[in-house]
Amino acid sequence: MSKPLLALAALSFALAAPLHAADKVKIGFISTLSGPNAAIGADIRDGFNLALKLAGNKVGGLPAEVVIGDDQFNPDTGKQLADRMLKRDRVDLLTGMVFSNIMLAVVPAAFEQKVFYVSPNAAPSPLAGKQCNAFFFVASWPNDAYHEAAGQYATTKGFKNTYLIAPNYQAGKDSLAGFKRFYKGKVVDEVYTKLGQLDYAAEIAQIRAAKPEALYAFLPGGMGINFIKQFVAAGLSRDIQLIVPGFGSDQDIIRAVGEPMLGLFDTAHWSYDLDNEANRRFVAEFQKDYKRIPSVFAAQGYDTALLIDSAVRRVKGNLDNKDALRAAFKAADFRSVRGPFRFNRNQYPVQDYYLRVVSKDADGRIVNKKIGTVFTNHGDAYVQECGMK
Amino acid sequence: MSGILILEQTLNGLQFGLMLFLLAAGLTLVFGIMDMINLAHGSLYMVGAFLAATFAELTGSFWLAVGLSLVGTAIIGMAVELTVLRRLYARDHLSQVLATFALILIANELVRIVWGPQVPLNPPAGLEGPIELLPGLSYSSYRLVIIAVGLAVACLLYFVVTRTKTGMLVRAGASNREMATAMGVNIKVLFTLVFGFGAALCAIAGAMLGPILAVQVGMGESILILAFVVIVIGGIGSIRGALVGAILVGVVDTIGRAFIPALLREFLPPQFASALGPALASILIYVLMAAILFWKPQGLFPARG
Amino acid sequence: MRRALSLAALAAAAAFPLVAQPLGWEFYVGFASRIMIYALAASSLNLILGYGGMLSFGHAAFVGAGAYVVGILMAEGVASAWVSWPLAIVVAGLLAAAVGAISLRTRGVYFIMITLAFAQMLYYIAVGMKAYGGEEGLNLATRSGVGLGLNLKDDATFYYVVLAILVAGLYGLHRLANARFGRVVEAIRENETRMEAIGFPTYRYKLVCFALGGAVAGLAGALLANQNSYVNPNLLYWTQSGSLMIMVILGGVGALYGGLLGAVALLVLEEVFSAYTIHWQLGVGTILLAIVLFAPQGLAGLFARRPDA
Repeated sequence: MSKPLLALAALSFALAAPLHAADKVKIGFISTLSGPNAAIGADIRDGFNLALKLAGNKVGGLPAEVVIGDDQFNPDTGKQLADRMLKRDRVDLLTGMVFSNIMLAVVPAAFEQKVFYVSPNAAPSPLAGKQCNAFFFVASWPNDAYHEAAGQYATTKGFKNTYLIAPNYQAGKDSLAGFKRFYKGKVVDEVYTKLGQLDYAAEIAQIRAAKPEALYAFLPGGMGINFIKQFVAAGLSRDIQLIVPGFGSDQDIIRAVGEPMLGLFDTAHWSYDLDNEANRRFVAEFQKDYKRIPSVFAAQGYDTALLIDSAVRRVKGNLDNKDALRAAFKAADFRSVRGPFRFNRNQYPVQDYYLRVVSKDADGRIVNKKIGTVFTNHGDAYVQECGMK
Repeated sequence: MSGILILEQTLNGLQFGLMLFLLAAGLTLVFGIMDMINLAHGSLYMVGAFLAATFAELTGSFWLAVGLSLVGTAIIGMAVELTVLRRLYARDHLSQVLATFALILIANELVRIVWGPQVPLNPPAGLEGPIELLPGLSYSSYRLVIIAVGLAVACLLYFVVTRTKTGMLVRAGASNREMATAMGVNIKVLFTLVFGFGAALCAIAGAMLGPILAVQVGMGESILILAFVVIVIGGIGSIRGALVGAILVGVVDTIGRAFIPALLREFLPPQFASALGPALASILIYVLMAAILFWKPQGLFPARG
Repeated sequence: MRRALSLAALAAAAAFPLVAQPLGWEFYVGFASRIMIYALAASSLNLILGYGGMLSFGHAAFVGAGAYVVGILMAEGVASAWVSWPLAIVVAGLLAAAVGAISLRTRGVYFIMITLAFAQMLYYIAVGMKAYGGEEGLNLATRSGVGLGLNLKDDATFYYVVLAILVAGLYGLHRLANARFGRVVEAIRENETRMEAIGFPTYRYKLVCFALGGAVAGLAGALLANQNSYVNPNLLYWTQSGSLMIMVILGGVGALYGGLLGAVALLVLEEVFSAYTIHWQLGVGTILLAIVLFAPQGLAGLFARRPDA
């Protein structure tokens, strides 16, 4: 046959074969929406929804349908919700979870059904290293990163001894391991509390007896709110410098604790005053719609939606071709509110980390101001254990 | 191990124990006098905390809020007693367990509908900071106030139970219900009053602990178990037993949690110590309860002869 | 009449997965398996609570123990059901025997509290087992291997295995209840002092009953671990024991199908209500309360023949 005829035949075959493009995108959103940590899940959800709203409720040009579930800070509930979303509602993508322990219980089922999970928060070390998975993308930061930055800051600032405290779960262990990786001073003690614990009187007494120069506390959500209040109430804030990772002192905790937090140092990959166009738009729109200052969680939720949007757009809605979809995610072709964004080969981000301090802005509101940079183009410590390309 | 550390942990244990006493007192009276297992006792504690949070926001005064919550919870408690719990006195323990478990579910959801999953409650103004008890020990002033309130209520209860007529009727009903009825005590009214009183005690505990813990749906479940352990240790129907049991549980739990992991680290390699330590600390009070029951099967101060 | 109903129910249950596929109800096959596993657990509690009259508030610990045996073995590389499931039964049974040996020396509310205390102890031990997940729980790489050409990963296959085990369990309960052992245990429940006076070793009978119930609970736990592909300490928490008790009381204490009816009722109620509102616990709680106050025999009582006057 002549060449043009061959080409025509090939073209007609291609057109005839059903592209199997979806007519809408179904996203399962499971998060912690009740209990003392509900503020975090609510922020992620609000940031995520804001991005969708600004895109006309579309993802990659297709109408988006989001199925929301509340894991109630309970892995069993999270698993059952995921089961329902994967098997009954047949979602195309899964996202939303706040806590690593819940996420680690849920994602194996998603991976098995070849459904991508895009994490707007939790990013534990096992999935960065040995158990890295092609269906897992992180839109936030590797769990250790904030803590590494904090450890670096503590070393630079010259704290000779530091007391460490974190909850007893994967992210907690990651956090203190991360801090120690970059902290060159002496670790006075390393204490793991029960996940969800609210009364820290016993631990505070131990800290007082140990007399450290600085205290590094990874206690997100309701745990952090209570700890900071009790720490200040026990008079320890006068003698010990409290350092926390960025989400230990963000808006959800500021709203609950307030003035006692002024002067607290923290590290994060994003700050509300980051100077780029995407962020300025995000912060303005978020404050307009929700009447509050966005936290780092809201920023992550927003970025997650943008990432998903860019990937779906790149595959033109064809969500069944998993390899193409994966490549589309990896390209990360979107304008993140944190500035330049790219993935490492384990599908965790490589980015900058800043030093922030809790202070008042020009209007007298309490915010986290960026005052310096701790790391640039920082990846994670586990990527070499990952076998993916 | 410094003296300051031991003192501070003892204060922590005392604070925890006294609040536990407030819950246990009501629970042991209900169990002792009406022979009823009331799992919904923790729900009254929760309602008390939520009411206090709302009143604190409305009136701006923490202490006024505690008082209003006390009254409100007592009323709610008595209403529940009159409508639902009355029918359970004659039933077996199994039915009581199921019915009051159902009440927990209902209470949790009703609170969630009315208030939402959580409300903030802050300590009264002026008590957010520390008080220097000793050089080197600045203890939270609010926690000291909790201890003071707990002791005050304990003294009040002692006075009422041992020196007033009502108290005598309560003790009579606890030790022998049939005889008390035979002697002309209006049992129905007594039951309702006792229940209302127990509910008020729960409200105080809920309101006082709210600023330290979190006022949230389901907050009653974890503390309920401990309250049951306390009354079993103390002896069912005995307020003195509830006090001793509560302080014992509070102190043992706090000190155990604080020192057992450190103690284990002296003797065992780190991986074992860090796994075993918290586990042992948590089960310590249950071991304590089992040990006490072994030696004194009716608890430390049984009300029944 | 009862016989016919039972057979009809069995036939319907057997046919369910076949009907589910074309209707697009695959998710509900898993849901039905879950109900049957809880029915088994509740029935094992029914043996202790209903027939034996022992108010054990720590039954979830035996279910959890069975689940953890499967989980731990799987983590160590042993995936065969022929090893892990019988081991789950044995471990749970031995634990129940140990707990029972001590607890049965007490009576009334003290018995309740001691069983509860032991269950909480096991819960905290599970939390403390860092090597096997601790607080976060343990994911199972796959479902247990049965061989015989059966792949339990297939929801329908798993369903039939669970159904077979449940039927066997209920049949066993039926035979036990009607045998001498069952009658003695029920008589002890009615009047222990009298049975002692007649000369029965009541403690021994109660202990065997308790251990048996625990062993079957362990089997339910093993199945549950497979169903979820996940175990975590929550399985042993006291509120889970409470749920099991609710199922038994709801279904009918001491009735053969009490555990089954209760599990079906509670889990279906939860599923139906949660589809309509996040406040589904309100509906469930109200119905529970109504049943306790107005229908003390539970659901089984509605089907029972009226006792002759």
